Amino acid sequence: MNKQKKSGKTLIGVVTVICVALIAFSIIFPEGTDPVSSVVRMAVTPLQRSMNRFGNYLSGLSGNLSSSASLKEENKKLQEKVDILTAENSKLVLDKEELQRLQTLLDLKNEYSDYDSVGANVISKGSGNWYNQFTIDKGSNDGITVDCNVMAGAGLVGIVTKVGPNWATVRSIIDDDSNVSAMVSTTSDTCIIAGNLQLIDQGTLSLVKLMDDNDHVHVGDKVVTSNISEKYLPGILIGYISELNNDANNLTKSGQLTPAVDFRHLQEVLVIRTLKNYVASTDDAEKDKAEREDSVKKAAKAQESEAAAQNQEASDTDLSSADVNAPAEATQDNGAEADAGEDVDVEAAQEAAQAAAQAAAGGQ
Amino acid sequence: MKRKLWLTILCIVTALLQTAWPSFLQIASIRPNLVVILTASFALMCGSRTGLLMGFGTGLLLDIFSGGTPGFYALIYAWIGFLMGYAYRIFYDDDIKTPLLLIAGSDLIYGIYQYIGTFLLRGRIHVFFYLRRIIIPEVIYTVILGVFVYQLNFLINKKTTRKYF
Repeated sequence: MNKQKKSGKTLIGVVTVICVALIAFSIIFPEGTDPVSSVVRMAVTPLQRSMNRFGNYLSGLSGNLSSSASLKEENKKLQEKVDILTAENSKLVLDKEELQRLQTLLDLKNEYSDYDSVGANVISKGSGNWYNQFTIDKGSNDGITVDCNVMAGAGLVGIVTKVGPNWATVRSIIDDDSNVSAMVSTTSDTCIIAGNLQLIDQGTLSLVKLMDDNDHVHVGDKVVTSNISEKYLPGILIGYISELNNDANNLTKSGQLTPAVDFRHLQEVLVIRTLKNYVASTDDAEKDKAEREDSVKKAAKAQESEAAAQNQEASDTDLSSADVNAPAEATQDNGAEADAGEDVDVEAAQEAAQAAAQAAAGGQ
Repeated sequence: MKRKLWLTILCIVTALLQTAWPSFLQIASIRPNLVVILTASFALMCGSRTGLLMGFGTGLLLDIFSGGTPGFYALIYAWIGFLMGYAYRIFYDDDIKTPLLLIAGSDLIYGIYQYIGTFLLRGRIHVFFYLRRIIIPEVIYTVILGVFVYQLNFLINKKTTRKYF
């Protein structure tokens, strides 16, 4: 007994040191422990998948017990909805055709609709109640990489944070650690959508830093991922504004947003394999163009000055060569002066340099 | 040797169940903490050494499965196992109150550790909200589930020990 207690104390010391070292190591080298965890997770993915399937089967059983009366009622409601949506859809198809026609006229490419994506099952949901991260059963074998966007149904679910051959970890947008750069679809005003554990009961996310000087944004407006985001593809639906208030600084607004996805019953998700190509965004393209124009101008100027310099060189060759050497000596002298004197200002230094240069030229 | 194998399998199964807990068994979107139940009950039944080793192993698996900082869970579960092991001397077969009390205390420690380690450090200071919404409900659910899971752990421990004392 006594011996066991003693070894227990030694052991807890050893274990504490190991854990602290591991934590420190993973903070210093964020990807240092990935190979080990990748192998272990690769091995348990089939287990997790089958356990999850069993859980879904059980939940399906409990779902089957609901009465047929409620199902009939629901069916009736859904039928009505189908009728409404069918009518709406036929109108939208016409609109879409018109849009395509106009887009071809204007030579615009349809950039939002055709992302390359792959479906995946949610097989594990983090370790406790504090985080909203989950694991899916597809990985780099299916072309998924870190920073791939994840969707379910109509809306954005989250982003891939870690990836292995047959698994990937996704941080959902309702996670307390998540921030998404977004914009209001009607006005293109940008804002940040931040997950907040304190809002989980309302089923909302917090919306902050909305720049809306003209008060055009209203409750109920659609919020999509912004085109200035580094990682999220533009135009993916996040949700609808459910509350909006002025901030204390009177410059920005904040509020709440109801997500478009039902995060409680997430089983299948869609991973978009197309990554946001941040460098090729339109802003940067414009910048590139401006830079190119600048460089052309500079080249022209350089040619001009070169021509002028050649003319001058022809007139006084000796002096220009002296000028080139002089400044180096001048700065050295100057440095010595600065060390000796207490506060030599820049102008004085320049004067001294010029004097030294003249002296050097005179000497030659 | 055989006992060690069984306990290892138990650790793996518990970590897997913890990460794959089905959503229809969540109450108010709260999951119970099975790893706390496992660690606290084995610490009570077998002492500090077994408790801290099982806590460390299961915590490390949990770290890997959930993709978090490795060592974060391992550290707290090892300490829970070690501290609860001091109750080994007051362990009786037919007593259910002590294990439940230990499980409740352990889960409370775990909740506070998790809050400080991952939320307070990011400036989320509403401690009472998190206590009321996450930590206390988790303790209650864990204790209720602990009534059954402790019995199961007790049986597994009894069957795998050669000499029944």
